[in-house]
Amino acid sequence: MSRVVVDVMPKPEILDPQGKAVQGALPRLGFQGVNEVRQGKRFEIELEGEATEERLAQVHEMASTLLSNPVIEDYEVRVVQ
Amino acid sequence: MRVGVVTFPGSLDDVDAQRAVRLAGADAVPLWHGDHDLKGVDAVVLPGGFSYGDYLRCGAIARFAPVMTEVVAAARGGMPVLGICNGFQILCESHLLPGALIRNDHRKFGCLDQTVRIENNSTAWTTAYAAGQEVTIVLKNGEGSFVADQHTLDLLEGEGRVVARYVGANPNGSQRAIAGVTNEAGNVVGLMPHPEHAVEDLCGPGTDGLGFFTSAIVALQNA
Repeated sequence: MSRVVVDVMPKPEILDPQGKAVQGALPRLGFQGVNEVRQGKRFEIELEGEATEERLAQVHEMASTLLSNPVIEDYEVRVVQ
Repeated sequence: MRVGVVTFPGSLDDVDAQRAVRLAGADAVPLWHGDHDLKGVDAVVLPGGFSYGDYLRCGAIARFAPVMTEVVAAARGGMPVLGICNGFQILCESHLLPGALIRNDHRKFGCLDQTVRIENNSTAWTTAYAAGQEVTIVLKNGEGSFVADQHTLDLLEGEGRVVARYVGANPNGSQRAIAGVTNEAGNVVGLMPHPEHAVEDLCGPGTDGLGFFTSAIVALQNA
């Protein structure tokens, strides 16, 4: 068994209204000095067996077809275990 | 003429879309997301709502519904396809239309009578209108902000593929106030506002929306 994480983030040039809402809330709670907050998604995927190159290629395919929309988001794949 | 309306789990406006199709003079054929079957229809409407609960991204899971395999193939073959609101999001996720729809810039769900200008009246869904005509239909969305990269936006403008544009204040932060776009062939149209809620005087802001549906019937008769 192996565990792979896929992080999906809105592209830098895409407006992130949710991140903006969080950023706006922080000073109200007394957290100062936060220049920007961007909100993304994290997928934890448990694979059968080793995270071989072939399996990771499948994870990249999952990430680019379903987990992210390449028009508005970037993704990163990493093996954690 | 037989116009199919797809129902996904979470679709809201499928029955209204069927009603609009009937008022326009065609038979409305209910289609089911789980079937690999378009039941021999001549055109398809993907209605508004929250397909699959809008989980992951709006339209992201609906795109892979069995019926969408058939819709994508038929659309590539020239069948008129109209995606309204969530249907527009599904068409973008399916890569039948460029760009994407993200959360409104003001982060609130908007529900209002919205005037849009018909910028391209040569698509399968807009021939009933005059170019530049302003129509008032219903806009109701939380994630209706149309985005695409600058190159794509310039391409859409240059090829006349902006079908409708918001008039007055931009209601959701859409780039270049885009309310609807079409594909290169003009048979696939995505619209964020809802023409199916403006087809009768009894409710809604009038009957300006009916033209989208009558246009498709005329397009099919002339095909």
